[in-house]
Amino acid sequence: MISLTSPVETWAHRIPAGAKLLALSGLTLGLFLTNRPEVLAASLLAIAALYRSAGTIFLRQGAGHLRMLWPFLLLIAVWHGLTGQIQAGLAIAFRLLAALALANFVTMTTRLTDMIAVLTMLLAPLRRIGLSTRAVELAIAMVLRFTPMLVENGNRLAMSWRARSRRRPNWRIVMPMAALALDDADHVAEALRARGGILPDTDNTRD
Amino acid sequence: MERNMTMIALFAALIAALGLIPSLTLAFGVPITAQSMGVMLAGAILGAKRGALAVLLFMALVALGLPLLAGGRGGLGTFVAPTSGFFLGWPVAAFVIGLIVERWQSGPLGVTVTLASVIGGILVMYGFGIVGMSIALKKTLAECAMLVTAFLPGDLLKAVLTGAITQALARSRPASILSRH
Repeated sequence: MISLTSPVETWAHRIPAGAKLLALSGLTLGLFLTNRPEVLAASLLAIAALYRSAGTIFLRQGAGHLRMLWPFLLLIAVWHGLTGQIQAGLAIAFRLLAALALANFVTMTTRLTDMIAVLTMLLAPLRRIGLSTRAVELAIAMVLRFTPMLVENGNRLAMSWRARSRRRPNWRIVMPMAALALDDADHVAEALRARGGILPDTDNTRD
Repeated sequence: MERNMTMIALFAALIAALGLIPSLTLAFGVPITAQSMGVMLAGAILGAKRGALAVLLFMALVALGLPLLAGGRGGLGTFVAPTSGFFLGWPVAAFVIGLIVERWQSGPLGVTVTLASVIGGILVMYGFGIVGMSIALKKTLAECAMLVTAFLPGDLLKAVLTGAITQALARSRPASILSRH
């Protein structure tokens, strides 16, 4: 499955994922603590420079990810334009853009494997108190495997719908899709049990 | 144990798949994201705990950077957008829906699930969404509540569909409605 990591290899790809996530948390908190538009505008410019340092293609990709904000920016513009609180409106708009751009920057420059490594590290305390994190790791792998399979099932159901009806496929597809998913869940559960289950203390779970 | 886990994983995958099918048009030709319906279904079918876990698993994968939200969105930005409140309310919504369906065993399944989806998937989820919007947009809770009423018809429709789908599933796969066992 394709992740949102940018295929453009940048210097930020080489920074450890944990450090990036820590910096992101701190900086995002900072963005929400200030209300001064000039500070927020400067932060936004700094983030733009950060994107720019990774190249024009990367900058354009990053800007594309911010498109989802336009209805909110429009709303802020109209609202604060009517009430005349321009300063406050600018602060909100800059903060929205900066917070989203910063979070996206970390996502775009961190590989899925590095993110999973951080997650495993965060789960380590659970292992120390005796809980198994194997189930979590296995569940993540299962979702990654099953999502394309379910999409495939959905597309096939949509095709067979179109073969029999002139109308477009609608919500009725969700029912057979869920039924097929439930059947698959049963089969996979049986297969797992036949191979010794998911608990690590069973003998035959060694790989 | 194995069955619970595969059910949780498969519902997380179902939520993802509902966001990835592009041509799914729910009604009136308006493409409504079926993803929040996946959240309602997870709670209604798996019950409170497993439903919430399925949603949390899905959210973890989004946080890791997979483009699993409708429109190919995902990543850490999902947690700082104006609509993040709704997203963060998902596991709670699934939990509340599951809890109501589990507790009200005597009610007819379709009606129970529809009501539970209205309470969990609309009241609870909008609560989270409104608080999130008011933080991001610096508007009062009442002003944000006005803004989200636009989504109400679509979500009411999804609650009714969740009831209908769960009832149909109970008929074709009775053993799979874990919330009623």
